[in-house]
Amino acid sequence: MADTSLSPAEARQSAERIKTSWFSALLYRSEALRGYLLMSPTILILTIGIIIPFFILVAMSLWTRDGFGFDTTLTMANYARTWDEPIFGALLQRSFWISGVATVATILVCYPMAYYVAFHVHKNKMMWIILMTLPFWTSYLLRVFAWKVILGYEGVINSGFMSLGLIEAPLEFLLYSQTAVIITLAHAWAAFAILPMYVSLEKIDKSLLEAATDLGDGPVARFLRITLPLSMPGIIAASFLIFIPTTGDYITPALLGGPDGAMIGNFIQLQFGPVNNWPMGATLSIVLMLWISAIALVFLFVTKKAQDKIA
Amino acid sequence: MKNDAFISIRNVNKYFGSFQAIDNVNMDIGEGEFFSLLGASGCGKTTLLRMLAGFESTSDGEILIDGQPSADVPPHHRPVNMVFQSYAIFPHLNVADNIAYGLRKHKLSKPQKQEMVDEMLELIKLPGYGKRKANELSGGQRQRIALARALILKPKVLLLDEPLGALDKQLREQMQLELRALQRQVGITFVFVTHDQEEALTLSDRIAVMSGGKVLQVDTPEGLYEAPKTREVASFIGNMNFFQGTVRRNGSSEAAIETQGLGSIPISLEKVTKPDGAPVQVALRPEKFELLEEEPTGGHFVSAKMDKTAYLGERSHYYVTLDGKSEPVAVSSTNQFVARDDDRWKEGEPVWLSWSPEAVVVLDAD
Repeated sequence: MADTSLSPAEARQSAERIKTSWFSALLYRSEALRGYLLMSPTILILTIGIIIPFFILVAMSLWTRDGFGFDTTLTMANYARTWDEPIFGALLQRSFWISGVATVATILVCYPMAYYVAFHVHKNKMMWIILMTLPFWTSYLLRVFAWKVILGYEGVINSGFMSLGLIEAPLEFLLYSQTAVIITLAHAWAAFAILPMYVSLEKIDKSLLEAATDLGDGPVARFLRITLPLSMPGIIAASFLIFIPTTGDYITPALLGGPDGAMIGNFIQLQFGPVNNWPMGATLSIVLMLWISAIALVFLFVTKKAQDKIA
Repeated sequence: MKNDAFISIRNVNKYFGSFQAIDNVNMDIGEGEFFSLLGASGCGKTTLLRMLAGFESTSDGEILIDGQPSADVPPHHRPVNMVFQSYAIFPHLNVADNIAYGLRKHKLSKPQKQEMVDEMLELIKLPGYGKRKANELSGGQRQRIALARALILKPKVLLLDEPLGALDKQLREQMQLELRALQRQVGITFVFVTHDQEEALTLSDRIAVMSGGKVLQVDTPEGLYEAPKTREVASFIGNMNFFQGTVRRNGSSEAAIETQGLGSIPISLEKVTKPDGAPVQVALRPEKFELLEEEPTGGHFVSAKMDKTAYLGERSHYYVTLDGKSEPVAVSSTNQFVARDDDRWKEGEPVWLSWSPEAVVVLDAD
């Protein structure tokens, strides 16, 4: 308010000149409001698409099946069943095992690639990254079928090895097994693992690596003490990005898993489909969700501890 | 220096592709010496330092550290440590873990390590900072921790890559003094890279002036400043006035140089090796001139006219014009007797310039 010398009339006039709508003035004054406004489309979608369905799911999990309809009296019976009947626990365990192994395999395969691009590629880094996401340009289903062709009884690997005389009969463990599911999942989610790990590796200041070398670390010690801890955020992000969606996946185990490779996702799909027990399906979904949250928390806690140890 | 050389750099060249970064460098650095590599950016000083650390290889020639050829020794096995320009403090470790980083191979017990770290924190005047996180430190503190992290390993040579470049002026001056005191205290050979000539003069026992990958002159600060060997060195270190001249030998006892602007200057025979009639350059520092109001009665002097003046507080810079010299001559004098604005020289005033022949530097003509 520098122009205090203005008469009231002049002040009004000049105020009119720079008048803005009450809405933009309100926005200008309140940072919180601006934030909420920016988030509102997301909040809307979240509410309609996730929060409401989630509560429906919770409600439904407390119902029971009654012929072709639902008995809407609230009960914990479904949860008791998932606890008592070993099939559910076994399936859950297998799901976590398969997606856990797939996650570890993906990270192990993708980390060197991300490392290579981050530290040893100096030109056209973006092109390398785009090339690595190339498999993602075809549909997920197609990639799963492609693996079926590769791993099948008379597939690329078996017929290739047989024509080379390396094996007598086709290797049967390749298709319709946990191995097949793990290989396919690891390949399918590779791009999701590479990107966050590349970003965290790329951010590492190269002089830190020189400093570690200068202070007496050989390549291995330097990697374990500097590169690995500093790229941990990328590894954690990649692990979550792979582990969470693969645990509930049902296409890959349905097409490549066979009886041994079936996962909890297949069972949930059964409940909502052929078995027609929606309350049970809902219960299993919630149980899966709770387990994933628990595992994620433990994982975060352990990596935090491990990082403190390395330091 | 030749015999007790701790680091010997012999005929070293370095090429990056077709670009020659280091051009046939030869020098010896003594044990316990504070040695500076001084030059503008891109002169090869950092490359040379990185070759000592082992981060760059030599294209040819050899570097001996403590008598050992170093060509095949990887950086993590060299008895040298480095303080990086960016300090390279490990962001995921606290101060104590940063300082103790290099002790891993020494197989020390925890209390032993703790004691050494505490000693170092004491040395760099940051006691009790061990638990601080790396991102809670100021620039000066990071610099000290980078120093402590290297010194705790008791290296034979400490390499410093413009370690004070990122600090503000006051902190830099304070750190210069501390660095010099620290070097005396620990007695380790320091090889210090800087583009700041004042810093190099303040800190070093000896300085190597580099340009275009070549070493122009290696000398003590006084030697470089008072007796530069080439015009390039003379104009890189401080300010210098140059005068064209011709050697006049008129007997066996004394020579003189006939200069454009300063008249005839008698020069002792040690300073001139050129024959009679040879073209040379005469160089004089701005502060070697004295400005006088009255014509002096003896000594060497010329009349001049004040052209421009600049008041800098403790001293003033003047540019005066001389007959027979096209570019003005820079003169610097202290403001010891300047108390008011009137006491200073005015532009356009006639003045007398006086100097001593002892201060004159004779250089080859361009």
